[in-house]
Amino acid sequence: MAPDPVLLVEELRTEFASGDGPPLVAVNDLSFRVDRGETLCIVGESGCGKSLTALSVLRLLPRPYGRIGGGRVLLDGKDLAKVSEPEIRAVRGRSVSMIFQEPMTSLNPVLNIGRQIAETVMVHEGLPWQACIDRALAMLKQVRIPEPERRLHEYPHQLSGGMRQRVMIAMALACRPRVLLADEPTTALDVTIQAQILDLIRDLQTETGTAVVLITHDLGVVAEMADRVLVMYAGSKVEEGSAEEIFDAPAHPYTRGLMGAMPHLGEARGARLNEIPGVVPALNARPPGCAFAPRCSQATARCHAEAPPVRNLGSTHTAACWEVGEGAAA
Amino acid sequence: MAASDIAAVPATIPGAPRRASRLRRVARRPLPAIGATLLALLVLSALAAPWLTSHDPFEMNVVDRLMPPNETYWFGTDAYGRDIFTRTLYGGRVSLVIGASVAIASTVIGLFIGVLAGYFRLADAVLMRIMDGLMAIPGILLAIALMSLTRASMWVVIVAITIPEVPRVVRLVRAVVLSVREQVYIQAASAIGTRLPRLMIKHILPNTFAPLIVQATYIAASAVLVESYLSFLGVGTPPEIPSWGNIIAEGRLYVQIAFWNILFPSVFLALMVLSINILGDGLRDMLDPRLARRI
Amino acid sequence: MSASVLEVRDLVKHYEVGGGLFGRGRKQLRAVDGVSFSIAPGETLGLVGESGCGKSTVGKAVLRLVEPTAGHIALEGEDITTLGAAAMLERRKKMQVIFQDPYSSLNPRMKAGEIVQEPLINFGIGTRAEQQERVAALFARVGLRPDQRANYPHEFSGGQRQRLGIARALALGPSVIIGDEPVSALDVSVQAQVINLMMDLQQELGLSYLFVAHDLGVVEHISHRVAVMYLGKIVEIAGRAALFESPRHPYTEALLAAVPVSHPRARRRRTVLRGDVPSPINPPSGCRFHTRCPIAIARCREEEPPLIHGATGHGVACHLRTPTG
Repeated sequence: MAPDPVLLVEELRTEFASGDGPPLVAVNDLSFRVDRGETLCIVGESGCGKSLTALSVLRLLPRPYGRIGGGRVLLDGKDLAKVSEPEIRAVRGRSVSMIFQEPMTSLNPVLNIGRQIAETVMVHEGLPWQACIDRALAMLKQVRIPEPERRLHEYPHQLSGGMRQRVMIAMALACRPRVLLADEPTTALDVTIQAQILDLIRDLQTETGTAVVLITHDLGVVAEMADRVLVMYAGSKVEEGSAEEIFDAPAHPYTRGLMGAMPHLGEARGARLNEIPGVVPALNARPPGCAFAPRCSQATARCHAEAPPVRNLGSTHTAACWEVGEGAAA
Repeated sequence: MAASDIAAVPATIPGAPRRASRLRRVARRPLPAIGATLLALLVLSALAAPWLTSHDPFEMNVVDRLMPPNETYWFGTDAYGRDIFTRTLYGGRVSLVIGASVAIASTVIGLFIGVLAGYFRLADAVLMRIMDGLMAIPGILLAIALMSLTRASMWVVIVAITIPEVPRVVRLVRAVVLSVREQVYIQAASAIGTRLPRLMIKHILPNTFAPLIVQATYIAASAVLVESYLSFLGVGTPPEIPSWGNIIAEGRLYVQIAFWNILFPSVFLALMVLSINILGDGLRDMLDPRLARRI
Repeated sequence: MSASVLEVRDLVKHYEVGGGLFGRGRKQLRAVDGVSFSIAPGETLGLVGESGCGKSTVGKAVLRLVEPTAGHIALEGEDITTLGAAAMLERRKKMQVIFQDPYSSLNPRMKAGEIVQEPLINFGIGTRAEQQERVAALFARVGLRPDQRANYPHEFSGGQRQRLGIARALALGPSVIIGDEPVSALDVSVQAQVINLMMDLQQELGLSYLFVAHDLGVVEHISHRVAVMYLGKIVEIAGRAALFESPRHPYTEALLAAVPVSHPRARRRRTVLRGDVPSPINPPSGCRFHTRCPIAIARCREEEPPLIHGATGHGVACHLRTPTG
């Protein structure tokens, strides 16, 4: 059996308080694991809860409405969902780091780069300031930013989008975390810069052995980066497997729909893209049974009525669907 | 936090009937309702003054001068034996007229100038310099200067208080117009052939209404206060007409022996300004789209 | 070519930025620096490039939503570059636009039906009743229900709002539509719906599109011809197949290499373009791409390469590469 996972999430439930009604469930009984040195891609469209999942791991949910309603987030056996506030603060940026989509709003505009990186080191490791600055410089070199000595004294607005994202990665890796959560880190970047950043993340992962949870809506990024893939829809996991399993034989109708909807380079012009009719249901309008059933061309009465079980399709490949795997109609 | 996730949480709860959600909102934030009710009571008392009291505000009963509050004279009498209760109620009318007129006049004028300044760069440079000049003059001094140049009357008071308020409105409107101008839907409107008049009226102006309404309430409160200052100083409402400022001015001499002369008009003045301000705060919270997104 | 529905020659747009008191020290932002292309009826020209390349500005300048600094724009054979406001208004019937952001391109205070009706009102087309009918027909054509005319934009999803934008653009019966990143802000599954819709409309109505985008997969899918822009200039322009299968300009090659693969087994170690996109305020001398180009020589630093067209219409702006064929 595989060695113990670095991060193990069991039946995570994230909810939003909604006035007098029952809470709105944004992430519904989600379970996954990430091993050392592995990249897990969580893929889905807006509203599927993938960003909230990452925020839940670090308990960065918007207060007071958001909270973890159930489940466990185990980091080396400790349940992050239940530890005290000081303990989770010690985890953030040190054992588990996060980088976000918009580096401009994630960096403090009035502090220079060196200070921001060094601050992380100082808070978590208590080293003297000069040692922290030295570490900051070392990190800037590790993320291959041009002219790292100069960048130490510059401010976020003086850097381009790609460089800011490198700074974010430097900050995130400064204390050698076990897990890096990357929430759409390249969505706001140009495609050539995206390629640079993805290559950087991959190289750094090989160098440091950090586990990476990469959240994205872009199947191309998944194909480039993922060891394992987790597909989410409306707060639930609909399919999981290794990258090859998912791309070779996508089982869930939503996964297949997504793959068909993306125009790939080299396809014939004029071929209609596979449309998924309808829209993602709102948080408070999720149907009973399978959340995807209203948009699914293969949905049966059972799909609309009962939530589907998780079916095994291969060594590590599972899908939550009535119509796939053993026990399916055809 | 990803914008997509914020969007996934609904701003209002569909399915709940509209009326219920409004009541729920009122219950959660009682202040604006309290402000509105209080203001309504004051307005009513001023309008219904002739029926609420049998005394005449101008009638002098020198025999009964400086009486403390009793059954006949609920708020007592002043130095000329006039019923303070009646005069206070009638004084409310003056404040209401001044407050409403100044608010409306300054809003309308400020809207016009602000839209010109926001949309036409050339007009902007000229108009804003004029507004800057106006703002540099202290409002009360300007009002005093204007009053001393003309005969005292309510109209002059209204004009004198309106002029210093206009720049504030202009600034607000101009800021809204400048930001709305850059919105994509304005470009889209140009692309489909919308001409300037329709662009202004249908697309740009409606964005100014919410902040204007809130600003108008604050201007009304301020106007009521300024009128009372002016009247207190003797350059406001003509002394024959009872206004809270006038009553306080006359009662000032007797504060040690008949404090009720000042007490009641002051309390009413404070209550009116307070209620208008609370109402304005409540409107601002209700109309702010970001705050309104709370579940 | 008088047969083209839209022809652009040497389009230039410069902005003045910065500068202190009295405008000293103002710099020129050369957003578009000499762009030429033409679009035939029923054809889609994809205009692709990274941030700062000027592609959005080209779209806006062609529509005269911003005024070109220099150059010529011809719509259905007529030069519209310097037309006065009233005359330009009349031409707008033939040239419409779809914007990127489905949230800010619709007035949140107007009902959906009013938004789509507004172009008809502006030009006084038909009676109120006829306008209403046309709006209902447009709604149906783009896949919305006619009863949704009474809803406000915030009651629609992103994809539905973009359909509203398309309906509004179709109202006047244009011959060419400028799409300024029309699907970039949409989810993948919704993107597919809108792309399919646009292609269907093109088939049905003979529309031409200027499709400005940064997603190469989408551009390849929808375009007949593609132009690649870098820092205000077109570096390569060719038919779809030619550009994607045999790109000639090093920047096009780098762009295509940077696109993520479509299958994990297709992963390969590729040479990624180094450095950042330079600023359009201070573009590099000579060939603007020379600072990042893997094959740049001394001449590239000194002399700007012209856009040379080959026999098949494939155009490349490079000293070292010629269009094939």
